[in-house]
Amino acid sequence: MTEALLQVKNLVKFFPIKRGVFRKTVGWIKAVDDISFEVYKGETVGLVGESGCGKTTTALTILRLEEPLKGQIIFEGKDLSKIKKSEMRKERKNMQIIFQDPYSSLDPRMKVKDIIAEGMLTHNLFKNTRERYKRVGELLERVGIPAEYMDRFSHEFSGGQRQRIGIARALALEPKIIMCDEAVSALDVSIRSQIINLLKDLQEEYNLTYLFIAHDLSVIKYISDRVIVMYLGKIIEIADKREFFSNTLHPYAQALISAVPVPNPDYKKERIILSGDVPSPADPPAGCRFHPRCAKARKICAEVEPELKEVKEGHFCACHFCAE
Amino acid sequence: MNRTLKKLFSNTASLIGIILLFIFVIIALFAPLIAPPLTDDSYQIPRMSWEVNPQPPGFPMSEDIRAIYDYMGVEVRYDKAIFGTAEGGYDIFYGLIWGTRTAFRVGLITVIISVLIGILVGSFSGYFGGWLDEILMRITDIFLSFPFLVAAMVLTTILGRGLDKVMIALIAFGWMGYARLIRGSILATKEETYVTAAKALGVKDVKIIGKHLLPNTIFPVMVQATMNIGSMVITAAALSFLGVGAPVGYADWGQMVSFARNWIIGAPGHAGQYWYTVFYPGIFIVLFVLAWNLVGDTLRDILDPRLRGEL
Repeated sequence: MTEALLQVKNLVKFFPIKRGVFRKTVGWIKAVDDISFEVYKGETVGLVGESGCGKTTTALTILRLEEPLKGQIIFEGKDLSKIKKSEMRKERKNMQIIFQDPYSSLDPRMKVKDIIAEGMLTHNLFKNTRERYKRVGELLERVGIPAEYMDRFSHEFSGGQRQRIGIARALALEPKIIMCDEAVSALDVSIRSQIINLLKDLQEEYNLTYLFIAHDLSVIKYISDRVIVMYLGKIIEIADKREFFSNTLHPYAQALISAVPVPNPDYKKERIILSGDVPSPADPPAGCRFHPRCAKARKICAEVEPELKEVKEGHFCACHFCAE
Repeated sequence: MNRTLKKLFSNTASLIGIILLFIFVIIALFAPLIAPPLTDDSYQIPRMSWEVNPQPPGFPMSEDIRAIYDYMGVEVRYDKAIFGTAEGGYDIFYGLIWGTRTAFRVGLITVIISVLIGILVGSFSGYFGGWLDEILMRITDIFLSFPFLVAAMVLTTILGRGLDKVMIALIAFGWMGYARLIRGSILATKEETYVTAAKALGVKDVKIIGKHLLPNTIFPVMVQATMNIGSMVITAAALSFLGVGAPVGYADWGQMVSFARNWIIGAPGHAGQYWYTVFYPGIFIVLFVLAWNLVGDTLRDILDPRLRGEL
């Protein structure tokens, strides 16, 4: 837990809004606006936030599936934001992604074995086809699918099985870090726990590092070591899991936690209901981006944007009053 | 794929199309047996008489022509105009049988090459986008702005007479539809997550196009291509009819129809006297185009996801 495997520094990703005949850029969607964090070797970092807050864009930008506008992505001491596309292609072996939708993430016209072998083929991991398919069989068994199913097409599998295939595809390259982009959100609750447990087991076995994106805090609570909370393209809180759930500092994070259902009908808790909607990321509010919906907002919140400060060791928060 | 074949064979319309195509293929394959050539150039239609007027079906080879073949030492294995002769004594039956080969050649070659060009332009344009897309699509627009037949005619006239020139002209103005079609489907498909996944694996762009995008977008193009084989043959025939296509005497259906041009009405007092000059070539062209359209129609019904299951 000492060595930073991945460092994200001041990462910015805006999407242009184009209008009119000449496709003039009239504005920018500020999907990820100047965020910095670190991911240590072997840990699971949970990235939470509501839809549209820039979680997925963060993951895609780290992988350079979206080109970053500014900032650095330092992976094992190498700045990925600057290197050429051909070099990045080689780096992709070390960083993989598991997608949310198990249906659209597998090519419907390819056999499962070819889907999984594609990465190995691209990076020349095995000499011949037979060895490659042998490895595919091992991977399939490892993620809980009988190896003899490798000749089937993806539509012959259930959602949970397809997600397992997606995991096997990512594992095939023996990556160091895997971005799980809402990897369990589209799954049934019973399947969800199986997949999470599989991911946990694989982490131990292969010494993997996860950046686990979710909007479900109970999943995050179960799987992650540290939590990062995003709101409207900004990081508002970073903390160790225990610290985060016991001593939540940011009002938005508090509201998120209060929304997690507790499986106990007698449990009475205070639910923080946020008023209003998430503002448009094209035109975020001045000052603290959360202030229009914040119960604790004061005058300063509308004027000065709070910085992400270290409140306690390892606990960062971007609120003017989180030290109080 | 199996399902596709099964449906093609179980649907009456497509079954008729397939049977027709099969017959045409047999005709093309066994042309030397059905109509044995009299000279080395088997695509040259033999003349049965020196008369300008068409001769009725069953007309035997005239004596003076037979004498020439005898003099040349050629064994005359084919000496009766079963379907009659066209203008100038050209044998209609022979022209149609060997013209089937020409039709397949023109149809398949023009469509296959057009599709390849279309795929290349369309997939690069759709996948890479940006300025490349802009340039390629504007070029496509320029080509689209010419009326197809007129453009093909002008180009053939410039290049000179001959079937190869006709094919070049048909390809030059025939690829745009495929390019547009492919580009459209690729624009939609490249947003699919499995494409992003392939990028994340580090797969090269050209491979992503070849392995993921084309297999998922090619079917509408295949349908379009099948239907176009017929219309390419019609256009080639039209060019021949207008006199810019195949050289005189070359076995080509358009040429056969063009031979009939002066005789369609018949002689004064004998309307339709020369019906065979236009009927036989006409029926071959119609059946050939119909066959491809029937097959293409059924392919579309099978492969178009919006119509899937409603067949």
